[in-house]
Amino acid sequence: MRRSVALAVFAAFTIVGGAFVIAARADTAKKPYVVINGKVNHPVFEGYLRYGENCMRCHGEDGLGSSYAPSLVDALKHLSYLQFAQTVINGKKNLGNGMELVMPAFGLNPDVVNYLSDIYAYLKARSDGAIGRGRPHQLPKKAQ
Amino acid sequence: MKANKRTALTWSVAVGVGLAMGSSAAQAAGGTLQTMQNNAANWVMPAGNFANWRYSSLNQINTKNVHQLTPAWTFSTGVLRGHEGGPLIIGNMMYVVTPFPNIVYGLDLNHQGRIVWKYVPVQDPNVIPVMCCDTVNRGAAYAPPAEAGNADGLVILHQADNEVVALDAKNGKVVWKASNGNAKVGATGTSAPQVIGDKVMVGVSGGEFGVRGYMTAFSLKDGKQVWRAYSEGPDNQILFNPKTTTDMGKPVGANSSLKTWQGNQWKIGGGDTWGWISYDPKLNLMYYGSGNPSTWNPVQRPGDNKWSMTIFARDPNTGMAKWVYQMTPHDQWDYDGVNEMILANVKVNGKATPALVHFDRNGFAYELNRATGALLIAHKYDPVVNWATSVNMKTGRPNVVAKYAPGSRGAEVNYKGICPAALGSKDEQPAAFSPKTGMFYVPTNNVCMDYEPFKVTYTAGQPYVGATLSMFPPKGQSNLGNFIAWNPNTGKIAWSDPEAFSVWSGALATAGGVVFYGTLQGDLKAVDMKTGKELWRFKTPSGIIGNVTAYEHNGREYIAVLSGVGGWAGIGLAAGLTKGTDGLGAVGAYRALSNYTNLGGVLTVFALPKM
Repeated sequence: MRRSVALAVFAAFTIVGGAFVIAARADTAKKPYVVINGKVNHPVFEGYLRYGENCMRCHGEDGLGSSYAPSLVDALKHLSYLQFAQTVINGKKNLGNGMELVMPAFGLNPDVVNYLSDIYAYLKARSDGAIGRGRPHQLPKKAQ
Repeated sequence: MKANKRTALTWSVAVGVGLAMGSSAAQAAGGTLQTMQNNAANWVMPAGNFANWRYSSLNQINTKNVHQLTPAWTFSTGVLRGHEGGPLIIGNMMYVVTPFPNIVYGLDLNHQGRIVWKYVPVQDPNVIPVMCCDTVNRGAAYAPPAEAGNADGLVILHQADNEVVALDAKNGKVVWKASNGNAKVGATGTSAPQVIGDKVMVGVSGGEFGVRGYMTAFSLKDGKQVWRAYSEGPDNQILFNPKTTTDMGKPVGANSSLKTWQGNQWKIGGGDTWGWISYDPKLNLMYYGSGNPSTWNPVQRPGDNKWSMTIFARDPNTGMAKWVYQMTPHDQWDYDGVNEMILANVKVNGKATPALVHFDRNGFAYELNRATGALLIAHKYDPVVNWATSVNMKTGRPNVVAKYAPGSRGAEVNYKGICPAALGSKDEQPAAFSPKTGMFYVPTNNVCMDYEPFKVTYTAGQPYVGATLSMFPPKGQSNLGNFIAWNPNTGKIAWSDPEAFSVWSGALATAGGVVFYGTLQGDLKAVDMKTGKELWRFKTPSGIIGNVTAYEHNGREYIAVLSGVGGWAGIGLAAGLTKGTDGLGAVGAYRALSNYTNLGGVLTVFALPKM
């Protein structure tokens, strides 16, 4: 079990490149985010911002989904970081049945790939119920 | 027998109205769009007429009998996405366009919408994610034989992938195709084309992808490009004459756009043209607006960013701009200026004026002299608007409140409590005007926001936004929308009906004294024009973001509307707003739109019961 997580993280390195530092930390800490008394560490906050810029327009506010794209609060209950990374980088298509679902490939978008683990940390915190809706408050730098 | 009498009576009324408007039923069977638009049996262009009134002179359905209105037939489009726009009706045919993949149907009104022809374009589905805010399409345009230069007339489709396709109105066969830009970099099609004379005018979407906006005129005959006018750039690309193109009554001078941008930012500067187009045949001027400058982070684009957020008056033959007016210089809120330009003769300060009336996203209702571009009135049409206190009538510039102006204290600052939100006091959902009452009927949003801009990098075909925002109702209020009647002579709201959600459906005003609009929950509503009192409602299968249409067939008046929740409304409101539940207790739990409606794609056609 432990090994498969490590493998997954290793695979993520090869895909994501620069994002490995935080991903590795996420593995050792078990959770990819830090939330203390409702306040979040910087990666989660950065993830919130980048989500707002690149993902919200389809997946809705606070990762809750919309008429256009599924809820990521729900999806991250069963998606691994690797699966998440693969989907964001390569995109995804589910065509037909009158509701074509197409997610673009963000692999070439520096505002997404450079913050991939941050976006994951934010969404995972939302999915786990560690943070609520809206703009999260950051922990003081020392506490991070 | 009774039915016959009724039919005869209706016809005489219809002809009477036709004559009164300088046309006749016989003429309206053919002729140009200019004559056809006066025959109330038809609905020949997206907004009903060139003046963008969304008004029907039919009065069979009126305040006394509208409560009997009942579905006559329904039609599933086969697509489950946001259905903006509405059908066109010409004679015995109705034309409907769906969201992506943009199927076009030719339906037979003699047989409850039997499918006469169906056109299914082949499009790369990779266009879907580069469309901002759902794969909507706001309808087709119709060109009669007299103007199209073919025997059957044309139905013109602006596809998601930015191809423009002219179909034979009788059989749906492709007559010509033209490209209106590269969808791979995010230049997409969502807007309805507008036929003017022997040309069709087509806008472009893509402000969230750094696409520099333009309006293109294609020849109806063969689809060849006649002219293209960019919103931003050198004078020969924006089709300005520095000496004769005016702004606030003065010539704009050379390089009026370029000098308001830093470096080459204008090349990815947005100002897209995805809204509605109106036309004044007497002045021979067409009118439309441009959208937000790119990016949403204002710190990255100092200057006024002309001519984003601008009303353009252009000569449809050449594209040359006669006058311009920029409503929101250096946009800091995403208040696109693309909403419909309604051409109506109103009394401004007691004086009859040929006006252009525009309810902007930024919360101000503007009235300009449509011949000269002179600014006559700029009043808030929602009292909660706080980003500006007023508009300076000498300079035309808004008096901006720095506290509510993202970027005023730099980027990476959260600017709180701005009203309206980015979706505006009103978005693309068009208002209606009644020449009988002289009033405007306006679907509105009642939503505020926090807006946090930050630095972004431009990558072709990738989102170029640079801000995040959260939305909520104004302080102390829980309704996210209103449907209002606006008096253009006083610049005041006559009545206002609160709605639980934004009203994202185009309104229809009728000579029967009834105004129609749809709600995001899926209700089509009929209200009394004078008071706003609800007279009737019907719950359609899905939320309504389409525009209500009236037509007459075999002596019977019909009301048609598309339902199919989506668009930005479906995205922003699906889960309810971030702070929408604050302090609402149990009520708050029901504030998510997803508790009311599901995806759909259905045209519902209503009529009074047959006697």
